[in-house]
This record gives sequence, C-alpha cells and structure tokens, in this order.
Amino acid sequence: MELVFVIIAALTLVSAIAAMSLRNLVHCALWLVLALGGLACLYIQLSAEFVGFAQILVYIGAVAILIVFAILLTRGAGVGDKSPTVSGSWITSVCVGLLVLGSLVFSIVHSSAITRPLPQSPDLTVKKIGDALMTRYVLPLEVIALLLTAALIGAVIIAMRDEESK
Amino acid sequence: MFETLDQIFILLKQGVLGLLPQGIRPLASCLLTVSAVFSVFGLLFAVTTLVERKALGRIQNRLGPNRVGPFGLLQPVADGIKMLTKENIVPRAADRLVHFLAPVVLIVPVALAFSVLPYGRNMVPVELDAGLLFFFAVGASTELAVFMAGWSSRNKYALLGAMRGIAQMISYEIPLVLSTLAVVMVAGTLSLPQIVSAQGGYLFGWIPQWHVLTPWGLAGFVLFLIAATAESNRAPFDLPEAESELVAGYFTEYSGFKFALFFLGEYWGLFAVSGLAVTFFLGGWHAPLPMLQWVPSWLWFFGKLLFLLSLFIWVRGTVPRLRTDQLMNYAWKFLLPLTLVNLVAAAAWHYSRSWDFPAALLWRWLACAAIIAIPYVLLGAALGGGRQKTQRIYRYAD
Amino acid sequence: MIPLHYYLVFSALLFTVGLVGALTRRNAILVLIGIELMLNAANLNFIAFWRYGPNPEALTGVMFVIFSIAIAAAEAAVGLALIIASYRHYKTVNVDKIDRLNG
Repeated sequence: MELVFVIIAALTLVSAIAAMSLRNLVHCALWLVLALGGLACLYIQLSAEFVGFAQILVYIGAVAILIVFAILLTRGAGVGDKSPTVSGSWITSVCVGLLVLGSLVFSIVHSSAITRPLPQSPDLTVKKIGDALMTRYVLPLEVIALLLTAALIGAVIIAMRDEESK
Repeated sequence: MFETLDQIFILLKQGVLGLLPQGIRPLASCLLTVSAVFSVFGLLFAVTTLVERKALGRIQNRLGPNRVGPFGLLQPVADGIKMLTKENIVPRAADRLVHFLAPVVLIVPVALAFSVLPYGRNMVPVELDAGLLFFFAVGASTELAVFMAGWSSRNKYALLGAMRGIAQMISYEIPLVLSTLAVVMVAGTLSLPQIVSAQGGYLFGWIPQWHVLTPWGLAGFVLFLIAATAESNRAPFDLPEAESELVAGYFTEYSGFKFALFFLGEYWGLFAVSGLAVTFFLGGWHAPLPMLQWVPSWLWFFGKLLFLLSLFIWVRGTVPRLRTDQLMNYAWKFLLPLTLVNLVAAAAWHYSRSWDFPAALLWRWLACAAIIAIPYVLLGAALGGGRQKTQRIYRYAD
Repeated sequence: MIPLHYYLVFSALLFTVGLVGALTRRNAILVLIGIELMLNAANLNFIAFWRYGPNPEALTGVMFVIFSIAIAAAEAAVGLALIIASYRHYKTVNVDKIDRLNG
C-alpha cells in the first residue's frame, strides 16, 4: 500500500514540476493532466471514489481542455520562442515558496493530529452523498448553481468578440 | 440446465481459478476477465467493419467487399494485415512523443469504459457504486487524445479537424449525460447492475418494464442515441473526419498501426455507448418476454447491442452530413432543452406511480408524453422556422 | 494504512510547486495552471483529514471538495476568458508586459 502511494505521489509531483517549468505550453498542459490524474488516484486510495471520478470528469475532461483551447487561441504554442520563461525576480519567488513549505512542514510535524491512531475506512456510498446534498448542504448546492450560471454567462460575454471596437 | 448456460462464463472462470494456487488468484481473475472482454470486443470490431461496409454498399445500391474469402468474409483479416505492414511515417516537424502517445490515450480510457458494463446476470467485470460517473469520466478523457493527435502533427488541416472534433464532443457530452440522468433519477442509483435490476419485472405478466417503453425513456433513448452518434464522430456528425472536407481530419498524419488504433478506438467507443444504451434503456440482459427467459442473459445483451449497431450503420448510410454550425446549434438549442424537459417528464412519471384508478397507466403515459411532445413541437417550429420545403425529386439509377 | 502526515507533506509540496510556478512564470496561462495546482493540493488536504478525522460520517471533507472542484472549474473558465480577451487587446499574454493602466 505504501509503495503504491509513493509511486503515485512521486509521479504526481514530477508531473506538477514539469507542468510549471517547461517551455512548450502544450507540454505543460499535458503534464498538468497527468498530475490531475495522479491526484484522482490518490483520492480513490483514500476511499473517496466519487470525488476521484468527479475530479477526472471535471478537471481532465473540462478544465484541461479549456486550458488547451486557451493556449491554441492565444498563439502560445509557437515554436522557437527564445524569450526567457521566468521573470527576473524568480529568486524572491523561490524564497517565498521555501518559506511556505517550511512553515507547513513544521506545523505538520509538530501537530497532535498525526500522533492519533488511524480509524477504519468509512463506507462512502453515492446515496449518502446525495442525501447530504439534499438535506444538510442544499443551500450551498443552490448557491453553486447560481455561481456556475453566472460564470457561464460571464465567460461568454467576456470572450465574445465585440463588434463596436473594430 | 439453462441456468448453467446462463452462468457458463462465471463457472468456467471459477473452475480455472480453482486449479491455480491461492496466491495468484486475484491477478489471474483480473487477467481472465480482461482477456475475455478484449477478445470479444476485438472480434466484434472485426465483424462490425465488414458488416458496415457491406451494409453501406447495399444501401448505396452496390455490393460491398466480396473478393477476399466467400462473400468477403475474410476482409477484416486482409485489412489487419494491411494496417500492420504499412510504413509508419512520422512527419519531420511533428512532436514525436505526443504523436506516439495519442492513440494510446484514446484506447486506454475506452477499454476502461468496458469494465463497468453488465454483460449478463452476475457478469460485471468491476462492480462500482458510482459506475456511471466512472463511465462518463473516462469518456471525457478521450477528447484529450483527439487534441493530442491534431496538434502534434503540426498540420493545419489536422489542427482544424481536432478543434472541430473537440468542440463537437464537448457540446454533445451534455445531452448525453442529461438524458441518462432521467434514468438515474427514477432508478435511484448510479450503479449499472442495479439499474438493470430495476428493469426486471413484467407488467400484466408479459410487458417488460424496460425504460424505453415509458414516454420519458423513449425520448431519452432517442436523445441518447443522437448524442452518442455525435460523440463517436459518426455520420451525420462526422465532419471532423470527413474525407471530402479535411483529408482525414485529426488523424491525417497517421499511418499503419497507429491509424488502426484510432479506428479501433472509435469503434470501441461506439460499442461502449451502445452497451450503455442497452443497459439504461433496453433492459440490459433481461429477456423481452417471460417465456423467453431460457435464452442466456449474455446472448440478450449482445443481441440488443448488435441491433443498436445496425441502427447506427443504417443512419450512416441514409442521412447527409451536418455542417459545424448546424451541429452546434442542434446540440445547444435543441437537444439540451429537450433533455431538461425529459427530466421533468421523468419526475412526473415517478411521482405519479402511486395512481391506481383504472387505466391509470394509460393516463400517466399520455400525460408524460404530452409534457415531452408539446415543447418538442414548439421548439422545432421556433428553431426551424422560415425555411420553405421544396418538392423532392428522386432519380434512380437504372 | 498510510499515515496522515504522508498526505499532508505531499500536499504541502504540491502547493509550493504551484505557488512558485504561479509567482515565477510570465505567461498568464501558466499562472492559472499554478493556481489550479494549489487548489488541488488544498483539496487533497481536505480529503485526507476527512478520511483520518474523528467524524467521517458527516461527509464534511467530501462535500467541501465537491464544491471546491465546481468553483475551480468556474474560475478557470472565467480566468481563461479574461486571458483571451486581454490577448485580443494587448496582443500578448506576457504578464510583465501588461503594465499600463490606460489601455
């Protein structure tokens, strides 16, 4: 079990680093797809299969394709682009990142949550998720329906070619 | 004796596993199931390519392939040998790794989709609680392969075909999912074997309780088939790969074995969505009449699957191709509102199931059919208005 | 069973990779990819705590992640629409070059 986790985690981390550091944008998007797939496998290993499949459907099936379309529409995939890929102040960013990582790992290692015994795996059925969504979480469900409608209309209006400014 | 025949594959598998040592039984079980599924669907692919070419030939008033073997029956073998021995050309400017991986990214999710379909009584390879969500998740992953194929070839025709193909597949994914949502709502589960069991009984002793025999099920079935035709890039929605428009669309630069893999992936996608349609609407592996229950359940499943495949081939030979803008209009403005109306009709059917005055079934059927038919007519009139119908003149070849 | 801190440290690493990438790269789309990685790292944290926490029957972690996935998808859509609109205006997606307040 631990070997499976280590392999999937290593693959996901390498894909994430590759997604952020390659020059060719389409390659970055494809490595991002691999990272998201690795995360879905980790969700399935944590007995949250519904979330894992939803992650594949939404992130890989929709968000990754959106990113790829945006790369194609903004001519970002041109070959032979010789400008530097990182901004001039990358040392500051790396220092900030290391600071964040250090504080997170420090708080994890010194927390009391990791010394408790691990409980048995919960039995998560789709019926339980449906019941919870319709009873306890019905208000967030309705709000997110409104949010998605607003995002849909907003994205269409923003990206529409407006004829007056030609 | 007929129960043995019905469960014969399960019994064979248990027999083989009994001969093996305890340690490797899980692995051997997986390998046996996987090899059975692949061999059946590989054979079905070969048969379908031949049947499609002969059937299309007959529809177009000509014979199909009839040189190789008696009545052309060995044509798939000839096609296979041709695909395997053709030279594998990769364009010099192409992105080699992505070009190589695109067929793989197409085949692997589609093969995964075969693992949740119930092929017979107790014959599901993997029984998942959220089986339908898994099926649609892997279906969405195949769109990425289309993009990878089109972009890595560095060919304008291929890229254009890929973008059209992805836009089409995304647009038709929504009616596909929403038309199955009505079945999920009435059956109350996302698990495919349970949806098949929900269609089990017989009304009045002889009418099967398949979902296709309810008004919302019939509308959902038709909507699902239309969306499935578009998802598999089949005629009349095959503009991304039409020969007369874009050379071969997003797999222009592929030759030899990789082209065969794309072809295989497309047909396997068709088999998978047909299997889902059989599971959701046509009662899965149930027999249509109680007196026919002695026929093995897997024979019923594959019989219904072959019936749906012949429907797809028939539509391909009959209907002309749609333009891209007509295709997108159709998906967003016509199919999507109709699937939502279908959902309302299914809810009405489900809530009226406690009616028990005489001829209640007939009144429920008429009410739900009216809920679907009236918006259909109004929407069709609103969207298709303003075009005069001309007189059709048919000329036959003599 | 895998200890909780394995997942937490891994999600911290993933978050840092996303953060450094979002701060360092010049292309706007890559900044968005970094943000998506950060959101995913936080989701993994939620699921790990749900699984190993005291009350998994309340489904809080799973619900949070489901809503977070939906919100992230909406945000990616709007963000990419903004990038496409600004590309049409400035003819570039390099964030260092979009530095004038008046058109």
